[in-house]
Amino acid sequence: MIPCLRTQCEDLTRILDAFCPMHLVLDESGAVVHVGPTLQKLRPDTAFEGRDFFDIFSLKRPRDLRRIEDLRHVTGTKLHMQLRDTPQTELKGVLVPGLAQDQIIMNLSFGISIVDGVQDYSLTSADFAPTDLTIEMLYLVEAKSAAMEASRKLNLRLQGAKIAAEEQAFTDTLTGLKNRRAMDHVMARHIEWDTQFTLMNIDLDWFKAVNDTLGHAAGDHVLQTVARIMVEETRDNDTVARVGGDEFVILLPNTANDRAVEAIGQRVIERLSVPIPFQGHECRISASIGAAAYQPGCDLDVAAILENADIALYASKHAGRAQMTFYRSDLRDSSENLAPPTGREDLPKTA
Amino acid sequence: MHGLINRAIQCFVTDSYGTERWTEVTQLADLGFQEFEAMLSYDAALTPRVLDAVGEVLNRPRSEVMEDLGTYLVSHPNVEALRRLLRFGGVTFVEFLHSLDDLPDRARLAVSDLDLPRIALREHGRGSFTLECDSPIAGYGYVMMGILRVMADDYGTLALLDHQGSGEGVETVSIALIETEFAEGRSFDLGARAV
Repeated sequence: MIPCLRTQCEDLTRILDAFCPMHLVLDESGAVVHVGPTLQKLRPDTAFEGRDFFDIFSLKRPRDLRRIEDLRHVTGTKLHMQLRDTPQTELKGVLVPGLAQDQIIMNLSFGISIVDGVQDYSLTSADFAPTDLTIEMLYLVEAKSAAMEASRKLNLRLQGAKIAAEEQAFTDTLTGLKNRRAMDHVMARHIEWDTQFTLMNIDLDWFKAVNDTLGHAAGDHVLQTVARIMVEETRDNDTVARVGGDEFVILLPNTANDRAVEAIGQRVIERLSVPIPFQGHECRISASIGAAAYQPGCDLDVAAILENADIALYASKHAGRAQMTFYRSDLRDSSENLAPPTGREDLPKTA
Repeated sequence: MHGLINRAIQCFVTDSYGTERWTEVTQLADLGFQEFEAMLSYDAALTPRVLDAVGEVLNRPRSEVMEDLGTYLVSHPNVEALRRLLRFGGVTFVEFLHSLDDLPDRARLAVSDLDLPRIALREHGRGSFTLECDSPIAGYGYVMMGILRVMADDYGTLALLDHQGSGEGVETVSIALIETEFAEGRSFDLGARAV
């Protein structure tokens, strides 16, 4: 015996409730005759049955579907729709003709909005068909988020370690000043930008004597004090570097004139000439300075500027130390400047 | 061994006994560092050495340490994400038990280089099961026992667990379900944000 259509429809509804708990059935007029249990959970206090499909949902794609007749033309097509009242959850759907005359059966799903969907509607595993991969997807979303978070933390820590390592690689660990590598970088960058700057090459006088007579601890203390003084006497955007045992370089960008540079140099010399106390002793040093300027468009390179500053420094040393000299081309001609000055290790006059 | 596993041991010791005890462990195990990174890999020999050191510092046998580690993994608020991921395994405790077979594959879906030991559930009828755990590290069966004890509570199920010993790198845990709807259990909300 062939079961009547009514029984067939009831059987189908039972099957669909289990397999597709978010389906709905529309009659020939476009009114809802049945909704699956999970779809009902989206609006637990609303009776769907009897209401017009287009009163509940707005169709976003394909566009211009406004009547039940329009729907019949999009059988099997992916539909994008939205609930009209809040929360206006977006849903995906597909429809097929039902068993009864002009009946439409539509199955819906959350698509990508599922993560918000389970929160908004407090859905549980029981709301999805056991074969539905939604739960697995939610699992993956959560597991991947946890793994990503762990990776993100690791990256942050590694980045911090990298910055610290780079900082160390550019820093003289004894004085905290920049090192030669850093100074080369800074100088190359200023030449690349073609900005005016003055380079001061500074050599400590009598430093070796301090080391030899009072020991390395005294020497280290002197170097740290010298570093502090140089930082105090220069501007924030000047770069102070220790480039050798007792050799320092200061790069002063945008120096208006030699007088301003000279004032800084003289202050450094004055302060370094004041004896530095160390464990009951007085460490006496002073400083010789050679300065050379870079003017925009002058096509000097790093090596040339360093050499100019060196020549000026030798001139200061020859002139009797605790002096500052600006580079002039005639310094090169002066025969006494062809060789490095001797007597760098001279003992200071009685301490 | 994957950093996640080593990191789990570290978090277990720090969260349960404090940073100082963990420092003792790292010194005793001669790690040379304080922190395991969850997303890096470590030499496989490190993990047993760390576990031995944990036992020595806490003055407890490996089996107890491992079971407490399992308990910690699914009950401490700091590792709530793990308990949630396990709850995705099923709606009931029995479903959850069956999902354990998939655990290593599930773990690999999330973290592709995380290699968890194989677990096989055998059903003996009348709510009686055995769980056979590959144990590359002695005591892995006890970790699973700690996890199962908490998860049974989580589902509101009353279960008796027993470690049946080990052989050929496999440890067996017996599970007897006394009452599947013993208590309310903890709630599990699919949409809660774990991170």
